Amino acid sequence: MELRRILIANRGEIAARVIRTCRALGIETVLAVSTADRDSVPARLADRTVCIGPARPSESYLKVETIVQAALGTGAQAIHPGYGFLSERAPLAQMCEAHGVVFIGPTAAQIEAVGDKLRARAEAIAADVPVVPGIAVSSAAQAVSAALEIGTPVVVKAVGGGGGRGMKRVDRIDDLPSALELAAAEAGAAFGDARLYLEKFISSGRHVEVQVLGDGRGEVIHLGERDCSVQRRYQKLVEETPAPGLPGELRRALHEAAVRFAKRLNYRGAGTVEFLVDRHTGAFYFLEMNARIQVEHPVTEAATGVDIVAEQIAIASGAGLRLTQADVRPHGCAIECRVNAEDPANDFRPSPGRITHVVWPGGDGIRVDTHIGTGASVPPFYDSLLGKIIAHGPDRATALDRLRRALERTRIDGVATNLPFHAMLLAHPEFQAGGVDTHFLTRLSESWPAPQEARNHG
Amino acid sequence: MSLTAADVAEIVRLLEESTFDELTLEINGTKLSLRRGAGVQRSATPAAGAARNDAANPGTPVSEASGPASSGAVGTGGAPATPAPSGSAVQDPDVREITSPLLGTFYRAPKPGASPFVEVGSQVEEDTVVAIIEVMKLMNTVRAGVRGRVSEVLVSDGVLVEYGQPLFRVRTSG
Repeated sequence: MELRRILIANRGEIAARVIRTCRALGIETVLAVSTADRDSVPARLADRTVCIGPARPSESYLKVETIVQAALGTGAQAIHPGYGFLSERAPLAQMCEAHGVVFIGPTAAQIEAVGDKLRARAEAIAADVPVVPGIAVSSAAQAVSAALEIGTPVVVKAVGGGGGRGMKRVDRIDDLPSALELAAAEAGAAFGDARLYLEKFISSGRHVEVQVLGDGRGEVIHLGERDCSVQRRYQKLVEETPAPGLPGELRRALHEAAVRFAKRLNYRGAGTVEFLVDRHTGAFYFLEMNARIQVEHPVTEAATGVDIVAEQIAIASGAGLRLTQADVRPHGCAIECRVNAEDPANDFRPSPGRITHVVWPGGDGIRVDTHIGTGASVPPFYDSLLGKIIAHGPDRATALDRLRRALERTRIDGVATNLPFHAMLLAHPEFQAGGVDTHFLTRLSESWPAPQEARNHG
Repeated sequence: MSLTAADVAEIVRLLEESTFDELTLEINGTKLSLRRGAGVQRSATPAAGAARNDAANPGTPVSEASGPASSGAVGTGGAPATPAPSGSAVQDPDVREITSPLLGTFYRAPKPGASPFVEVGSQVEEDTVVAIIEVMKLMNTVRAGVRGRVSEVLVSDGVLVEYGQPLFRVRTSG
């Protein structure tokens, strides 16, 4: 079915991003907005907006029935969920399926399969994709004997958790029973699911993920990998492709594992298979699959020239994969910085407010994805992402140099941002060398100057 | 141990100060479920009022949080997405608008062919049902939330209305 009108059930930079591709394809856009987003940049870019509720996400962007009703009521044939909000909630995909609305993403069954950690892990094992040694916890005694076998440190995770929520590191076997008790109570309260599993703790790992596209009928290709090791409390801050310094054999093995995993699910649409690469041994382990477009997709687009949103739409419309694996030829290096309205001097606390002045950079190899212009407001109800600056170049040194210069030209007044932090991060010798582990950013944050010094950079 | 009224009040206060939207608590067989802003979605009596406040002070949280803007470039953060009501209604303090508490299909009558809940000239009380908004087969009643006489019906039957969209005008005096 050719899609002529799409409802976008999201906000911020990703809404603007999806609208851009829709425009290029001649597809009309209807943007679902909360009262706080009626005057946003995406609201002005869309062909039409519909107000779905008050600012609070639970009363607007997270209401499945309202979103589907908005699509039906505005004659939109499809819903693009963006990332976050309802993008990985099976009930939205289900309701779309039941009412003849095209969900631009995987099937409800696929969302469920990858949303449950234990199921995703079982699928990975079945697809011959390595997983971190570990087990589902059935009792404290069983967990203790498993931990003795695996060796400490171990990490206890909530089955229903994700993005680092509901995780506990345990260094001593003696501490395990009490950690399990606490984790189960927290997981039950936070996710409505008290199930836990336990796995080996990798002391120094890199987060490397592989972008895949599937046609839903068993054909899957990959668009290369991204290194997202620069993260803090599982919030990614800088992403790049290719992953620096990865041996060619390991890189290929990662790509193949991701494709195997997605193929096993007959995965439909764009998705990302995340891995942890042990820096000491070079072994890699499946972490999870994200069944949606990701914040960091532009680095892959910069390197491959593929418009991932356009491919999502093509797959959803039934056109299947328009690319073969041989068509995907990444070139050069791309690095992305997430510019957030948060104050690195105050434990990265969100800093909502009104943007009094903004200058985004341009130039060779620079792309900016944003919804923020002068006068825009950053409501306190949503995430603090202001925009993403992506630099592409023939090699990593050029891309990095372009990104650093681009950051220097960027100016955002009215709210605190992490721009000065990025400047320091990109200049750091460890980052410049490439291949940092997932603890790099935490170590760096601890050495960040005192609040007063940082404020001067505003 | 069981919950006293003071306990419940305290729990409500904690929820209000927290970042959570829902709380379910079970103590010795007593189950307490709290949901923030539930009235806006479900029951129409507080909903119409709450929704109107929200629409009448559009984007209050936005403009409060935003601080001094260097210019009015983007406006107040809450201009209605729907066609603006005519000037006279805005300026006339005796005319109030009943706005939609949610996005959905607007119905003026309880079922097809039945006579409308209200017509121009109908007298309404705060709890008078004036319309139904259907969201995926779920019927939500809209109450007037205001006392007066209906002076205008702004939306035709069976169309999609947005959250906060004016549905009726009501003259509150005279």
